[in-house]
Amino acid sequence: MGLFIPCYVDAFFPEVGVATLEMLERCGAEVSYPLDQTCCGQPMANSGCQDDAAPAEALFVENFKDFDYIVTPSGSCTHHVRSHFDAIPQTAAVKKVRGSIYEFVEFIHDVLKVEEFPWAEFPHKVGLHNTCTTLRTLRTASASEIAEPPFSKPLDLLRKVKGIEFVTPERPDECCGFGGTFSVFEEPVSAKMGYDKVHDHRNAGAEYIVSADMSCLMHQKGCAERLGLEIKFIHIAQILNGARE
Amino acid sequence: MKRLDHAGAASRFIADEKHLAFHDAKLWDLRKKRDREAHGIPEWEELRQLASDIKEHTLAHLADYLEEFERNATRNGVKVHWARDAAEHNQIVFDILAAKAAKTLVKSKSMLTEECDMRPFLERRGIEVIETDLGERIQQLDDEPPSHIVVPAVHKLRGDVSAVFARKLGTEAGNEDVTYLAESQRRTTRPYFLRADAGMTGANFAIAETGGFVVCTNEGNADLSASLPKLHIASIGIEKLIPRVEHLGVFIRLLSRSALGSPITQYTSHFRTPRAGTEMHIVLVDNGRSERLGMAEFWSSLKCIRCGACMNTCPVYRRSGGLSYGATYSGPIGIIIDPTFNIRKYSNLPFASTLNGSCTSVCPVKINIHDQIYKWRRVIAERNELPLVKKATMKAAGKLFGNPKLYRAALAATGTAIEDLPRFAIYNWFNPWGRQREVPQPPTKTFRQWYIENRTRR
Repeated sequence: MGLFIPCYVDAFFPEVGVATLEMLERCGAEVSYPLDQTCCGQPMANSGCQDDAAPAEALFVENFKDFDYIVTPSGSCTHHVRSHFDAIPQTAAVKKVRGSIYEFVEFIHDVLKVEEFPWAEFPHKVGLHNTCTTLRTLRTASASEIAEPPFSKPLDLLRKVKGIEFVTPERPDECCGFGGTFSVFEEPVSAKMGYDKVHDHRNAGAEYIVSADMSCLMHQKGCAERLGLEIKFIHIAQILNGARE
Repeated sequence: MKRLDHAGAASRFIADEKHLAFHDAKLWDLRKKRDREAHGIPEWEELRQLASDIKEHTLAHLADYLEEFERNATRNGVKVHWARDAAEHNQIVFDILAAKAAKTLVKSKSMLTEECDMRPFLERRGIEVIETDLGERIQQLDDEPPSHIVVPAVHKLRGDVSAVFARKLGTEAGNEDVTYLAESQRRTTRPYFLRADAGMTGANFAIAETGGFVVCTNEGNADLSASLPKLHIASIGIEKLIPRVEHLGVFIRLLSRSALGSPITQYTSHFRTPRAGTEMHIVLVDNGRSERLGMAEFWSSLKCIRCGACMNTCPVYRRSGGLSYGATYSGPIGIIIDPTFNIRKYSNLPFASTLNGSCTSVCPVKINIHDQIYKWRRVIAERNELPLVKKATMKAAGKLFGNPKLYRAALAATGTAIEDLPRFAIYNWFNPWGRQREVPQPPTKTFRQWYIENRTRR
């Protein structure tokens, strides 16, 4: 299995990469991390710049074409590779890579079907932030807009963690305003959305905001710190891997 | 043509905390009511699919249905006109009015006439035009376009309305009582209904098999506009067609639930033939719709029934206000329609989105709005309409990410890990990230370094 660690996790949140790797290893997976990886191409492609996305996409395929599974602790990178990723010719290798990628929660829940996390204990009140991609594209949880029976893969997993308590914000499915380059090019709206998001969780009593995407959390953390709001951020892989705080 | 600066306009909107808070809360409330109604109908998702299918079928056979509609409407005694664009539409309307020497026109809300910029056209030719929808009237009196396609003055507080009315209608200054204000508008609009020479409506649906059309409103003003004067003109975009009466039920069940979270509008009025002694005209307007229909990736935006649900749910729209889009259509649906009118002017709009997809999930006719926003970004980049800074940033990022050595060198270059990362992630005093957010603290080593030390050297 190939481990893809998004660039911002590599650079800013190595502990999330470590937790993802260790968690997969605990489940008996044979994981390797190709050392020449950089980025999946999403930032460029999401800006419409296909030509600029092509080298990153080609490199991604080169790094991951030989794995049975590719796992990454990021919903939006998974979505990019699976559903977009067409800046390069769609060769057999490209198609294989696109069909092999899994977001961390999907992989633990759907593929490995892990039933228990006896090592995990997290005695805190947490608010779950389902990122827009995991919610509405990867569909790892039901969305409030859709008339459908409720389900949540991340909650299924987190409920198996000892001591954890959940709080629900007023607008659980509202976007936090990260949005990739949106966070910079539409800074005023992005920051306002982030402020509203962290306030919403704090008002619900959350000590932690937990998510399957560090990018949203990086943005929310920046907002909370600027506001002086007492709330912490943690990736779901860290909790499942046994982090206590 | 200058690019519209959505971020700048949004920034000014956000600076006004009172207005922002009301705007966000009011529209979120509509979204919540919409959820309640949608979840209260077991077959909701099935209805959405059905509505989408009917619209796609109609659009695939649009020419046939339009001709069928024209035949039936003509048989009903209605005069049907065809307008290729906004200019033709406005001229046709003026000619109809001029032929009757009509000087005063009362009209109900119509986004199409906004799109055609009809009011100033007629006013310059001596026609007095009175908007009779409350929100639209407020906007007319304040000399502002509607900021929302269903609730045109939703960005205004009651104090703003009070001030506009005091200035333009002579109401008591400082009186913000809602009943008083609404009653004042009613009292000042009624005389126009009674003396208007002509009335104008839009249409929510035009039915090919009958040649009739349906107008859905909550205030009854469309009915007065259509029923009191001796001349009724309906301006209808060609995408409003549905094949048969039986299809209407699908859309009526979806429309107001999606728009306002109410089961149905107060008035669902069916028009088919002119009343005795009066005339009824229909102007079928293209204004870029045929061209849009030919766009492989964007044609399905024509399914839109203008409910505004995508705007109500849009976290960006709620925090930037409809006027920040600088176009007739704002919010998510505006983002995918506006560039078809002017790609340069509206080239920033597809970037005024986080691609969160909530718009797509609430859309009653299942338009893949956020996918189209994504696709517009490509078109804009391909046509070289990206602002320079964005283009340069992406070029640099693409180069860096395409080359592992360069990427790692950039990470390591200054020892601070951050500074040479591509612009979307870096932080420095010139970068907007840090204006209202703290920068993530770079760790002592990257994940890659940790991996090499802990997994490859065992």
